[in-house]
Amino acid sequence: MRSFLFNRFAQSLVLLLIVSVIGFVVLNLIPGGPLAQFGLDASMTQDDLNRLAEQLGLNRPLWMQYLDWAWRLLRGDWGHSFRDGAPVLEVIGRHLMATLLLMGSSTVIAIAIGTWIGVRGAVKRYSVFDYMATVGAMVALSIPTFWFGLIGIYVFSLRLGWLPAGNMYTIGDESVLNYLHHLILPSIVLALVHVAIWSRYMRTATLDVINQEFIKTARAKGLSERRILMKHVIGNALLPMITLLGMQLPSVLTGALVTETVFTWPGMGRLFLDSLGYSDYPVVMGLLMFSAILVVVSNLAADIVVAIIDPRIRLS
Amino acid sequence: MTAIAANSPRERWWNSRTAHRFMKHHLALIGMVMIALLTLACVLGPHLLPYDSLYIDLRARFAPPLTGKHFLGTDPLGRDLAARLFMAGRISLLVGFSAMLLSTLIGTLVGVVAGYRGGLVGTVLMRAVDGFLSFPSIFLVLALAAALKPSPIMITVVIAATSWMEVARIVEAEVRSLREREFVLAGRMLGLSATHIMFREILPNAMGPIIVAATLTVARAILMEAYISFLGYGIQPPLPSWGNMLNGAQQYLGTAPWLAIIPGAAITIAVTSFNFIGDGLRDALDVRGDHS
Repeated sequence: MRSFLFNRFAQSLVLLLIVSVIGFVVLNLIPGGPLAQFGLDASMTQDDLNRLAEQLGLNRPLWMQYLDWAWRLLRGDWGHSFRDGAPVLEVIGRHLMATLLLMGSSTVIAIAIGTWIGVRGAVKRYSVFDYMATVGAMVALSIPTFWFGLIGIYVFSLRLGWLPAGNMYTIGDESVLNYLHHLILPSIVLALVHVAIWSRYMRTATLDVINQEFIKTARAKGLSERRILMKHVIGNALLPMITLLGMQLPSVLTGALVTETVFTWPGMGRLFLDSLGYSDYPVVMGLLMFSAILVVVSNLAADIVVAIIDPRIRLS
Repeated sequence: MTAIAANSPRERWWNSRTAHRFMKHHLALIGMVMIALLTLACVLGPHLLPYDSLYIDLRARFAPPLTGKHFLGTDPLGRDLAARLFMAGRISLLVGFSAMLLSTLIGTLVGVVAGYRGGLVGTVLMRAVDGFLSFPSIFLVLALAAALKPSPIMITVVIAATSWMEVARIVEAEVRSLREREFVLAGRMLGLSATHIMFREILPNAMGPIIVAATLTVARAILMEAYISFLGYGIQPPLPSWGNMLNGAQQYLGTAPWLAIIPGAAITIAVTSFNFIGDGLRDALDVRGDHS
């Protein structure tokens, strides 16, 4: 297990290095490069820009600039927001919880419903339910998240008036219930795609487990079908799903950005769009790097969790 | 493709086992018919309708569908929604299709080289793929689209630049397994160049998975265009696209819900159809998917 963990750590470090290179390339693709935010300022002449570039070392060779930039990332110096001058990491931190809350609740929904659909589909393979679930998953994967959100708002907020159409809470009412009430619709909207993905993978994983010898053994021991399913099948089928949880994070973040926009949810996705609108490139770059680092770290964490739980890896 | 190649040369492709299996796949057929109808509507529709997609008529604002002369209603500027939907479809389908061609090209090149060369080159290329996949795609697309000039060609390039990784992964795995086969060894023994072996010997045998991945990439590219145009960084008005038609729809949701429902339904139908076709091709070409 130690060598497995060591390898995984090394891989993640290499991946972070590559991610930072891609981020640096994107930063320099923006016309005006790291100085883009000042290029729009009418009171800056080209001479001023040139002098700034000189001061900030932007006329050095690219690899030196990269090392400098990466070193500042490592030390936590991610620059300052162009809008309010606050450090980028602090700005991201202010919006992190809202996004994590949304992602967390929608992941719980996706796992619960997706597991149920997937296991049922696998147990009753080729039944009407299985067929409907397959087609349903493909349709669900094709629905634009923002459109599903708009339809949800139209039906549940405007027509039925059951759920709020946006925001995280009603101003003046900061009770937990109020937060939960606002959380329901965006969580379901964000969960749709992941219910589809989760149920497909869960079906495959369950089919893999069902045909294995130890299930036959469990039956031979006289365990009830229900106990076999709940304890042996689902338990073992969920194990590879932990890896999927990490792998799905980029797509959850993509969905979160769109969902937050539709529901005016004050999270990272909304911050990203607002910052784009203000050409606040330090925050845009910060979020780009932050999300990628989050993805790499989560994938590593998922693998470590699997390694701890799975005796095949733990004891090797 | 593999199955087609395996047939005797006299047999036509529509008699091949692959074609038969595809035709038996109901969902794929539904998808094909939908895409054919949608394409036909987008190509012919604007010529058959009496309204131009850009013609503003403030007297006819917010006409609901199926009420007057506008059969899908009008938008806040009184423009005919049907005409706009078809014109937008041209853009959206074209962007989706071109982005697919470009990203499949990049992905195949990277995948073939990485899979055949292996070693350091292969490792570096595939780690780059992992790196790109670590970014939530929309963050990367938006950052690039906001920074560059948002012309339809640029949008296509940006979408392609962030969606070639899946194809690269699939092709790399396929090529890596084909590399060890006898016919490659034979080619090498005959003194064929590495380029010839990669692109003339191995690539035709890896076409199945590439075609499936390409079909699914069209679906994803249409969705991505819709996302960024909805957010205002994609196709710019007055040029309509399915995504930017939805851009202002949210504020009229209470009074004119059809503005949101109709373009969104078009996107969903198009994307679903391509996903159905991809699924059918996967079965017909006997490609092992990661989830079936």
